[in-house]
Amino acid sequence: MNTRFATLTVLAGAAALAGCKTTAPEVLPPDPGQTTQTATVADVPTGPVLGTQEHFVNSVNGQNVIYFDTDRFNIDSADAAALQTQAQYLARNTSINITVEGHADERGTRDYNLALGERRANAAKNYLVSLGVAANRIRTVSYGKERPAALGSNEQAWAQNRRAVSVVIN
Amino acid sequence: MRIFKLALAFALVAPLAAPAFAQDLGAPLPESGEVETVEQEFGLSGSVTDDSDWEDLGIAIAGFATDRDVPTPASNGGTAELGKQLARVVFNDLRNNGLFKPTGPDALPQPTFAQITGPNWPTWNNRSAEMLVHGYVRARADGRLTVGCYLYDVALQDELARAGWVVPPSDWRRAAHKCADLVYSRLSGEDPFFDSRIAYIAETGPKDNRTKRLAIMDSDGANHRFITTGRSTALTPRYSPDYRKLLYLSYVDGNPRIYVYDIGTGRQTLITESSNPTFAPRWSPDGRWILYSMAVSGNTDIYRVSSSGGPSVRLTNTPGIDIGGSYSPDGSRIVFESDRSGSQQIYVMDSNGDNQKRLSFFGGRAATPEWSPRGDQIAFTHIAGNFRIAVMSPGGGSLRHLTDSWQDEAPTWAPNGRIVQFFRTQRNSGKTSLWQVDLTGRNERKLPTPVDASDPAWGPILP
Repeated sequence: MNTRFATLTVLAGAAALAGCKTTAPEVLPPDPGQTTQTATVADVPTGPVLGTQEHFVNSVNGQNVIYFDTDRFNIDSADAAALQTQAQYLARNTSINITVEGHADERGTRDYNLALGERRANAAKNYLVSLGVAANRIRTVSYGKERPAALGSNEQAWAQNRRAVSVVIN
Repeated sequence: MRIFKLALAFALVAPLAAPAFAQDLGAPLPESGEVETVEQEFGLSGSVTDDSDWEDLGIAIAGFATDRDVPTPASNGGTAELGKQLARVVFNDLRNNGLFKPTGPDALPQPTFAQITGPNWPTWNNRSAEMLVHGYVRARADGRLTVGCYLYDVALQDELARAGWVVPPSDWRRAAHKCADLVYSRLSGEDPFFDSRIAYIAETGPKDNRTKRLAIMDSDGANHRFITTGRSTALTPRYSPDYRKLLYLSYVDGNPRIYVYDIGTGRQTLITESSNPTFAPRWSPDGRWILYSMAVSGNTDIYRVSSSGGPSVRLTNTPGIDIGGSYSPDGSRIVFESDRSGSQQIYVMDSNGDNQKRLSFFGGRAATPEWSPRGDQIAFTHIAGNFRIAVMSPGGGSLRHLTDSWQDEAPTWAPNGRIVQFFRTQRNSGKTSLWQVDLTGRNERKLPTPVDASDPAWGPILP
């Protein structure tokens, strides 16, 4: 099992070079059968490149998003674990800067949700800073209820929309 | 290493600096013309103030007559056709608000020019209309139009009110709104409100990628114009009391910031040079002050700045979100929203920030307070399960719900404080529309807009 993961990591390209040994990539490598057909490009990294959002998301196992309870902005233990993973990535990749986008669900008034999204983004930023990430590497922006991730009008959708999303600045 | 540092610096600076030149504005709006009142209203001193009695009052609004049917830029059909169009605008104003039972010019005989000041009473006696509106339109030598408006009591065969206005042809609808205002004010005893405009946000596209454009229109939806192109999200507009400027939020530089848009020049400026996000812009009733809310390290407070510029003064300083703000009509107090108690509630303070005090104790959350231009009520969004438009007294008592739907939000007052406009969001689809309701809660209607619509802001009576 360990050997297989090591092989996959190498194939994933730049992610492995960053020194990540314990994290398995979420995205599966190409079918082994394909490598024979594309032998001429075998030395080109096939995984996402450092500096892209995809590289970041893969490296933190999709934990670039944290979620909040209604009207709350506190960092719970699940959020803390996700932010620690993000902080480790940022410590390894000091050329990477991020924007934390704060969001709210649709069940709030517009102005308040803008302020609430800003508060959530700052809560995530402050936690990352407390873990040693330089404050000037993290921007914040609030989208309030303007950019929902889940489109329904139910508790499940709202829970997915009360979030702070870390995005690599290109 | 030096190259690397430069690249890093650029990465941090570029997203802030580059979009400073970005624009999201359409072509500037033409200046609106002057409306000159040529005759003063006169008539009886008594008035009807009860909410229920005058709702069933029948009003016949005949086509406005013209002395001479001549071509006018205001209509394809000359001044005779324009006379009918004027009466239709008056009819729709009075009909759409559940106030009266009007009959329009297309269902009535057309009076002659001579009959405008002397109605042919036998024609109007048996039409179940207690009131009769006559009017005329005349093309002047200088290219402008004179519009006259007369209100008669059919049973008394007596004139109750009259007024006249000189308008540029492009403003002909304003003369009709002024006539509707004359009729409404004379019969209800309330202040006028039809000759006014609304700023709002026009919405198109799917729920997760809405295009939101700043738009304006007359109170009846006519003369609709888009101000921004929709390339960046625009939110929460507010007309200045003199209609010369609009405050609104734009993401044009990537961050939510409040801009002052000058309607005459078509240019806009930031409300404050700070790099912090700013929200929820509001004017003072005299137009001298602007309130805005600014988040600093996630903590949002309300600030006041002179509309002619200068330093900002912070009015709130509690941890948490203090946001919005609406002045009392005399400018002495501000009602606003705060979650300092743990959830959104409504508070009031002096205009310098002193004496902050909670007003709402209704259960649930209370948001988006707006002080009535009459001063007697505060409209707000009451969130207890559904989002409902409600009113309360300025002391925090007498809660009354005006609407009952899944999500009604962001009330804005008609200039006379008798009607509240708001926007309604549909569950799941996220589609939005503008609605208005009178203070009885009985007369609710949807406003016609070209596309979905939210964040309405009703301006005062036009100057």
